[in-house]
Amino acid sequence: MIQIPYYPGCTLKNKASNFETSALAAARALGLELVELPRWNCCGAVFSLSSDDLMRHIAPTNIFLRVQEMNRDHLVEDEYRLVTFCSMCFNVLRRTNQRLRESLEDRNKINDFSYLETETYQGRVEIVHLLELLRSMGWDKIQERVHKPLTGLKVAPYYGCMLLRPKDVGIDDPERPTIQEELLRSLGAEPVDFPLKLRCCGSYQTVPDKDLVANLAYDILSRAQKAGAEAITTSCPLCAFNLDFRQKEIQEKYPMFLPIPVFYFSQLMAIAFGLPQEVFGLAGHYANPRTLLATKGYLQATSPLEGGEG
Amino acid sequence: MNEPEKMDLITIYILSRQYHVPAGSTILTALEYAGFKLKKGVGCREGFCGACASLYRLQGDYKLHGGLGCATVVQPEMQIVQLPYTPAPKAIYHLEELEPVPEVFTHLYPELYRCLSCNTCTKICPQDLQVMDYIQAAVRGDLEQAADLSFDCIQCGLCSARCPAEITQFNVALLARRLVGRYLAKKGKYVEDRIKEVEASKFTAGYQELQDLSPEDLKKRYFERELNNLIF
Amino acid sequence: MVRKIKLQAKNREFCRKISELSGEVVMLCEQCGTCAGSCPMSAEMDITPSQMIRLVQLGQEAVLENKTFWVCASCYTCTVRCPRGIDPAKVAEALRQVKLRQAIDYIQIDEISSEEAKKLPSVALVAAFRKMTG
Repeated sequence: MIQIPYYPGCTLKNKASNFETSALAAARALGLELVELPRWNCCGAVFSLSSDDLMRHIAPTNIFLRVQEMNRDHLVEDEYRLVTFCSMCFNVLRRTNQRLRESLEDRNKINDFSYLETETYQGRVEIVHLLELLRSMGWDKIQERVHKPLTGLKVAPYYGCMLLRPKDVGIDDPERPTIQEELLRSLGAEPVDFPLKLRCCGSYQTVPDKDLVANLAYDILSRAQKAGAEAITTSCPLCAFNLDFRQKEIQEKYPMFLPIPVFYFSQLMAIAFGLPQEVFGLAGHYANPRTLLATKGYLQATSPLEGGEG
Repeated sequence: MNEPEKMDLITIYILSRQYHVPAGSTILTALEYAGFKLKKGVGCREGFCGACASLYRLQGDYKLHGGLGCATVVQPEMQIVQLPYTPAPKAIYHLEELEPVPEVFTHLYPELYRCLSCNTCTKICPQDLQVMDYIQAAVRGDLEQAADLSFDCIQCGLCSARCPAEITQFNVALLARRLVGRYLAKKGKYVEDRIKEVEASKFTAGYQELQDLSPEDLKKRYFERELNNLIF
Repeated sequence: MVRKIKLQAKNREFCRKISELSGEVVMLCEQCGTCAGSCPMSAEMDITPSQMIRLVQLGQEAVLENKTFWVCASCYTCTVRCPRGIDPAKVAEALRQVKLRQAIDYIQIDEISSEEAKKLPSVALVAAFRKMTG
């Protein structure tokens, strides 16, 4: 088993725990032991964009130091990659790492400020998104692990913002990405392309203005449905919330809207790998995923009570 | 007649005014030696109540330090001010109506999510607690870790005074500890058993006997008690 | 609508301040409108992202009273598409910061209903508070 440090991020520990469960299980099935940092803090969710702000870069820097500490304490051996699943966390961590690597002055100031830390950060850690890790393994390796190909499942991969933008941080081309499609194909599913797969779901605007997010999400989901999608995949708990849980607001506004389940890509991996049903994480949904999965034959007959509320 | 011992006096600054106080004094005893009569910012005098929060700076050190007045020994050229009270929002809640879930913080202390993980709170804590870590545990929804790491918090308020995100760490921790104690911690069966015994009047006669004793007899009984038979 | 303005030192100063805070050379903007066309939030904005940058170029401090930069979702679509390599998202952040550093928050966190508070994932709250509270 290859052991790599893993950063969950706050949301994967409560509201999006199904993302963590399914992803860790899928990774393990591929021979990847993703070892959680023994001590970590919230990354801050968004990268601070003002030129003079160093304060908001401290949180990610702490996280980089924890990777160093894992190595120092032999919880991993000479492994300075840090894997994360949440797109928001990924974006903050990679951008902050980039900023610190580019500026000795910023590094010095933060290291000096964080005098309670036992080490300093000099840019050693490399941030890796799980999808990048899978791609580097080779899609054929992923395909080899599939026991229950998701044949006939039409899935629209939704990218959102944080995985791809800005260009020098993204895991794929910001205008024509293919990484999720490649994953879906290796799982036997049928990726459905649609024009709004890169459009922002509204992100944190869901806090002050859920109506705005309902509109954006409606556009995205209905376009995907028009293109023939039966399900959506995402890599971001905020996108998942806006596209899944805000379907309640969408239905109130657009009564003709039909619910469509939103999955984390790892959940489809877990299903395709034939892993135990507990790790599918189907309880954390709003739009019920069980009907679709049962119809396609991916679920064993179990209690119909588990699943979404929608 | 012996010569009175020459006291070793050192210079300190209280509210920026210079005083000479005996070396080895604590901040509180130094204040009193200097003539201040303490009505606020003083309590148990033994590091437990959190009333005597103080801020100070040391010579040649730009850092602002936090300490308890009763437990911090003064040093030459120390500059001191007390911070007897930090205004803090205290959410009103009924513990019985809450559930031990992360969402309690979103509802009662939403500013918690402004935490920058900067460790400013940890740096000022006079109890050397991992304040940032317990706040982050609360952000993550890990109530037990938040309760565990904040256990020795005496609510002195210095963390909240310094926090750039304006969180009141000690009230967040208090809520976590109360929820854990009420809902998540293992119940002590011995406590329940004892309560049943008390309600069954097992100890009533014994207490009555003691209450009926004269003060002299009570004293006699006290000193003759068998320490090995204490009920623990 | 045509409005006459007279550029003064204070306008240059405001433009310089925003350029420095954002780290962007706003004077490079040629007003092509690509950012405005790409922005998913533009329907909710009172002025478009390109108009926002124009006002910054002209040092018009009144741009701080617009809703545009508050509605920005920091999606970086404008960032990847600007033909002159400007990052309008950073300009929006600078404008937000000017307001937030005056202790003027865009959202009042205690006004979030308890029902919403229970539903929202922590990533949403952390992000919103960082962008809209000071």
